[in-house]
Amino acid sequence: MGRAVAVIGTGQTKHGRRDDLSYPDLVREAVKKAFEDAGITPKDVDGVVYGSMPSMMEGVAYNHFYFADALRTVGKPLFRTETCGSTGQSVAHTAIHWVASGMADIVLVVASEKEHEGDAQATMMTILEPFLMVTIGGAPVAFSLQSREWMGYYHIDEDKAREAASIVSVDSHDGGLNNPLAHIRVKLTKEDVSKAPIITYPVRLYDVCPVSDGACAVIFASEEKAKKICKKPAWVKGIGFRGEEYFIGDSSKAVWQSTIEASKEAYKEAGITNPLKELDVAEVYNPFSYQELMFLECLGLCPPGEAPDYVIKGTFSPGGELPCDPSGGVLCCNPIGAAGLIRVAEAALQVTGKAGEHQVEGAKLALSHAMGGAMQFNGITILGSEL
Amino acid sequence: MAERYKVDKDLVRMEIVDFTFPQKEYKTSRHDTVLPYNWALGPTWTKFFDGLKEGKIFGTRCKKCNKILVPARTFCPSCYEDMEEWVELPQEGSIETWCLVNYKYYGQVKEPPYIIGQIRLDKADCSLTHFIGGFDLSDPDKVRKKMKTVSRVKAVWSKEKHADIYDIAYFKPV
Ligand SMILES: [Zn+2]
Repeated sequence: MGRAVAVIGTGQTKHGRRDDLSYPDLVREAVKKAFEDAGITPKDVDGVVYGSMPSMMEGVAYNHFYFADALRTVGKPLFRTETCGSTGQSVAHTAIHWVASGMADIVLVVASEKEHEGDAQATMMTILEPFLMVTIGGAPVAFSLQSREWMGYYHIDEDKAREAASIVSVDSHDGGLNNPLAHIRVKLTKEDVSKAPIITYPVRLYDVCPVSDGACAVIFASEEKAKKICKKPAWVKGIGFRGEEYFIGDSSKAVWQSTIEASKEAYKEAGITNPLKELDVAEVYNPFSYQELMFLECLGLCPPGEAPDYVIKGTFSPGGELPCDPSGGVLCCNPIGAAGLIRVAEAALQVTGKAGEHQVEGAKLALSHAMGGAMQFNGITILGSEL
Repeated sequence: MAERYKVDKDLVRMEIVDFTFPQKEYKTSRHDTVLPYNWALGPTWTKFFDGLKEGKIFGTRCKKCNKILVPARTFCPSCYEDMEEWVELPQEGSIETWCLVNYKYYGQVKEPPYIIGQIRLDKADCSLTHFIGGFDLSDPDKVRKKMKTVSRVKAVWSKEKHADIYDIAYFKPV
């Protein structure tokens, strides 16, 4: 993969409804924290990568121009990368490629969303052309279709899937309670989840992520710089990214090839042969609890069609074999463009022992993941405490 | 559509009439961006939509992998070959997946509740996204029980056709 690359600093805003500040100020909140965490100044940075959801989300066509000052990009090269929900992984990968290639030593990556500036769901409706794919733009529609396709394909009992999805939601919300930066911080029971109002059947209110404002910044550095600057870097062990056809109906979303292939590539690069055993923690992109079940399978963390059994026996719960989303995951916080980068930042916090109340004891190897588009993209970044 | 916007003549811009934002802590600056688009459908999608107006569902076949895709495509996504052979597809098919939409959001073309499904028309090698309907959708539990018994559906055509995807009103259970 070229030169070794490490995360040397991360910063996240307090996520939630941030009417208290303007969008550039929100971005600045994360950027400032990342510089403080890394202990470097903007003059040490060779370039900046930025990403978000489509500009219509907040109505400024080139929002990275609007944030030029907050991104500290004056006098530096600036890249924009975006792949919808997986933007956060894509911006990280852009920086990793940049540093690994030897063309830059230190790169600042920022991703953000301020969904309360506009109507997030209305923007989602513009992600697909409106004349062929029948009003599917609403995210809960697309991902409920996928969840049901998965349940149908493996003949998964509806009640069993419901129970497992409820556990995923309860575990994530418990994580949110341990994460002071999370948007949703509430104690839920399985009954709260399974009896909540229906959004897009079988998906109910607490199976769905919130609409959040938030930003995340991560600083990547070459091996030489990381060793010089940072006491405890989080090393990039492997990355993978895959795209799919535009039309949802062209390929199976139950056996989701882009997740499967992207994770295989990342595992191969990281030298991981048994991810469930070898990984210590996973930040799986889970805007929908049902979708996390399918991801657990496609990421190779349990056999196909068996995610509900593994979830019900606690494999992915706190204290289980592989705790998932101890930060609360996307279910507790979804500034969409930033959500995939938050997964990377959380993985870095975990392997460097800096995750605070939601630290998984002794975590050394962490997976971060995000998906995007109308079931079109998947990205993975694996971070470790050892080079 | 036009009645959803009013023109603020002093500012010469459009504002969406039926949409309000919740109050924020500090001052806000409202600005609605209403942009007109006119997408070119090209010969393939023009013929596909003209077919719908005639009550026919067309796909195209790839000469290399032999797959029939619907909506009709200009080229095969896997082989990158031109797809020039037109095939009229049966109007019946199987449901691959579905979901009941029970919430309102901006830009919806239909009042909820409604069902969106992936329907694999017979002979097609992919599934088509469309509505499933023709029965009472008001009770989610009843819908769930009903859908357990449904696997085959058939196109129901709109009374008025405009050569667009909504010329098919929905697919009904057979
Ligand atoms: Zn072909």
